[in-house]
Amino acid sequence: MNRLALPLLLAGLLGTGLAHAGPVVHVTASHAWIRVLPGSLPAGAYVTLRNDSDKAVSLTGASSPAYGEAMLHESSAAGGMNRMTMVDALPIPARGMQALQPGGYHLMLMHAKQPVRPGDTVRVVLQFGNGGTLPVDFTARPANAVDDTH
Amino acid sequence: MKFPRPLRLALLLLSLTGALLLGGCQHDALPFRLTNISGHMPDLQFQLTNDNGRPVSAADYRGKVVLLYFGYTHCPDVCPLTLAHLHVVLQKLGKQADDVRILFVSVDPARDTPEVLHAYVNAFDKRAVGLTGSPGAIEALVKRYRASFTREPGSQGGNYEVSHSSAIYVFDRNGRARVLSTPGTPQDDLVHDLDLLLGAGASA
Repeated sequence: MNRLALPLLLAGLLGTGLAHAGPVVHVTASHAWIRVLPGSLPAGAYVTLRNDSDKAVSLTGASSPAYGEAMLHESSAAGGMNRMTMVDALPIPARGMQALQPGGYHLMLMHAKQPVRPGDTVRVVLQFGNGGTLPVDFTARPANAVDDTH
Repeated sequence: MKFPRPLRLALLLLSLTGALLLGGCQHDALPFRLTNISGHMPDLQFQLTNDNGRPVSAADYRGKVVLLYFGYTHCPDVCPLTLAHLHVVLQKLGKQADDVRILFVSVDPARDTPEVLHAYVNAFDKRAVGLTGSPGAIEALVKRYRASFTREPGSQGGNYEVSHSSAIYVFDRNGRARVLSTPGTPQDDLVHDLDLLLGAGASA
């Protein structure tokens, strides 16, 4: 094997890996952040998603190498009560936006494998209804952050 | 009975002053922006354990303006959002906010030990206190303020979700219930009303 072969082989493997990621999703992510809570408490993760295609697509779940489990949830307030419910699929309209933000849709990240600290960058892979995935880097922010800038 | 004229005047003035003072106590009509619950909710009263593991009662917070909120630490979205907002409100009040205490009462005492609560509340604000206790003591406090909470089975074995009242109950320095803040309330309205209550001082 000459000096060129190894990088080529690696590139080939990488390409195979990408092909296994499934269908392409035309979704871009912004304002991705995690509210870090002390100890092993679950954390809320937020992101704004934009669908650049002419077809609606649904966010169906997420996973992260930094957490044992990630779930898609919705907080709601009705009759003076706060409630949290599981969400199976969150639609992002064609050429539209969907925001996961405090007090509404959010990802619940549980069982951090290592302590996550404010300032850390955490990779979260978003899963979509068509089988596609989108890796997004989330910024860890302190517990008392109100949004991704304050 | 006849008093000399100067004395009669003094007595009249004294009784007028007394009436004014009493009237002040009864009405105390501060121009609140939030829902006024003065006289409609009972005074602050509880026997719980604080986040340092010490038994505490409402009397320990006399002299402070108290924000009472029911929640639990395994609530990753709404409880932290509420506490983060309260932190911002206290920041806006400046130095006088040192006379405010946020009492975060756990409705999940099985998981929320004083240690867990201590780390949790201090991540939001130094003036926040975590309170836990026996399920009976917590239930009594929840009922006292007509709040409620339920436990629902979660997605996996042993895990459960808790739904809980979203309101924040505000008490004056004498432990009297004064206003109610809800999630839809503009932050500045809470700042405004806390400023009034802090300025009112503690009456004897």
